[in-house]
Amino acid sequence: MFTKLRRSDGRRQWLRTALAVPYLWLLLFFLAPFVIIVKISLADPLVAVPPFTALIDWTQAGLERIQVTLDNYLFLFRDPYYAVIYLNSIKMAAISTLLCLLLGYPIAYFIARQPARWRNLLLLGIILPFWISFLLRVYAWIGLLSSKGLINNFLLSIGIIDQPLSLIYNDFAVYLGIVYSYLPFMILPLYANLERLDLDLQDAAADLGARRWRVFVDVTLPLSMSGILAGSLLVFIPAIGEYIIPALLGSADTLMIGRALWDEFFINRDWPVASAVSVVLLLILVLPMMWFQKIQARQEGGS
Amino acid sequence: MSRPRSRTLLSIVAFGYAFLYVPILSVIFYSFNDSRLVTLWGGFSLRWYRALLESDEILSAALLSLQVAAVTATLATVLGTLTALALNRLGRFRGRTLLTGMVTSPLVMPEIITGISLLFLFISLAEWIGWPGSRGATTITIAHTTFSLAYVSVIVRSRLSGMNESLEDAAMDLGGRPLRVFFDITVPAIAPAMVAGWLLAFTLSLDDVVIASFVSGPGATTLPMLIFSKVKLGVTPDINALATVIIVLVTLGVLTAALVTRAGHSSQRES
Repeated sequence: MFTKLRRSDGRRQWLRTALAVPYLWLLLFFLAPFVIIVKISLADPLVAVPPFTALIDWTQAGLERIQVTLDNYLFLFRDPYYAVIYLNSIKMAAISTLLCLLLGYPIAYFIARQPARWRNLLLLGIILPFWISFLLRVYAWIGLLSSKGLINNFLLSIGIIDQPLSLIYNDFAVYLGIVYSYLPFMILPLYANLERLDLDLQDAAADLGARRWRVFVDVTLPLSMSGILAGSLLVFIPAIGEYIIPALLGSADTLMIGRALWDEFFINRDWPVASAVSVVLLLILVLPMMWFQKIQARQEGGS
Repeated sequence: MSRPRSRTLLSIVAFGYAFLYVPILSVIFYSFNDSRLVTLWGGFSLRWYRALLESDEILSAALLSLQVAAVTATLATVLGTLTALALNRLGRFRGRTLLTGMVTSPLVMPEIITGISLLFLFISLAEWIGWPGSRGATTITIAHTTFSLAYVSVIVRSRLSGMNESLEDAAMDLGGRPLRVFFDITVPAIAPAMVAGWLLAFTLSLDDVVIASFVSGPGATTLPMLIFSKVKLGVTPDINALATVIIVLVTLGVLTAALVTRAGHSSQRES
């Protein structure tokens, strides 16, 4: 009894001490930045216009007079530009997620039903592109889609078209890029879910005379709902704030919040407004993020 | 499975894999193209690889990226493993909820917000305590470590939750000091997860454009930042060659890792 107490105490003690390092790291480099971004979003935009001196001005001024303004947020709500961008980002992320699901589900379903030795190889084929640089994979599409690109050259040479199609620098290319980049994120959780499904249930339903489609709709689909949700959120959440894909494949009119935020920051150099845009984006993402963490926690508890 | 349906499924799957690989293969193919017009085939050539080796800009950016990635991966593995151990072994403790939140949020945080907020932090710190004096490799490493330690901790936690504590308990009963037990028993048991975490952190760091663009300063350009600034203007043949080199290295790395973990799994099953 005595030794047991001392033993676990000793272990807990050193772990506690050791934990201080990552804990402080995360407080300083993860939590503190958010406090700062919220503070800046409440700062006076006029004072803070040239970014560097601005922040110094603001912190010095902040010591003398604690002044909080909601002007940046009001600005966001008054200017329909931002509402349109937020809604459009949500729309584009949602459509991309749906497309990922439509393509990813059959693939995950197929892999889950292969013999074990094939499964790992097929999965490796899905995971490998994920390890290859995201940026380079998006870049690869430029060569395929551009007006003198591979696809247009091919279609021209076989005579289907006589003018190059405009496949790039539009919303279509952005959807394509998002589906392409995030497809593995959809397939992997779906596969993990479908692989654990009880095949007997499907067989039983089929034995009882159910049509294949009915078996799928009534048995397989409801049982794979947690995989569908996990995969969809893993695509939807990062897609909303995506910057690289609209920057490389979209047009100047492609309205996505990640891009607007980048421009607000680097081109307009309006840091308080950029901060307010970030805070609102985070608020939009809080619900899907919490939902995702709940699903994760349930799966960890379940397995 | 009835034949027509299985044929439909098979063709969707085939389309899916083609969709994933055709763009990658096309980059590799055109990297050997002699023509400067990247989409017209002008014969086989290695000139873009030679151009790559002669480009100081690309080589120094690659060196910076590799340094940042190696330090990031090592820091993230140490910090992420400690976090995973604490969350898995300490039970309830004060600040646990906050720690869980801080360690899982980076997984779903938009990169652009992580980038902006960390830049604000670095600027504020520079005002208050004079550090960091200039932004560059150090600030990029800190930023990358912060988000990749979350990934490491997820991987290590899943390994820990499948592990039996009795071996550690026995070692402690036999009078082993906590640190000794940790390095002799715990670390070997979770080593595969730590290696996987290190590799993932290394890759994530090597891949990041957005966060690095915010927290870097003048004079520190990582390889992805350089590639991004070049490809914004369209396809360039030397980037095709660079992409091919990266694709080949990553593929070899992933295949090796897959073989190693497979060997690890089977030896685990035997013991």
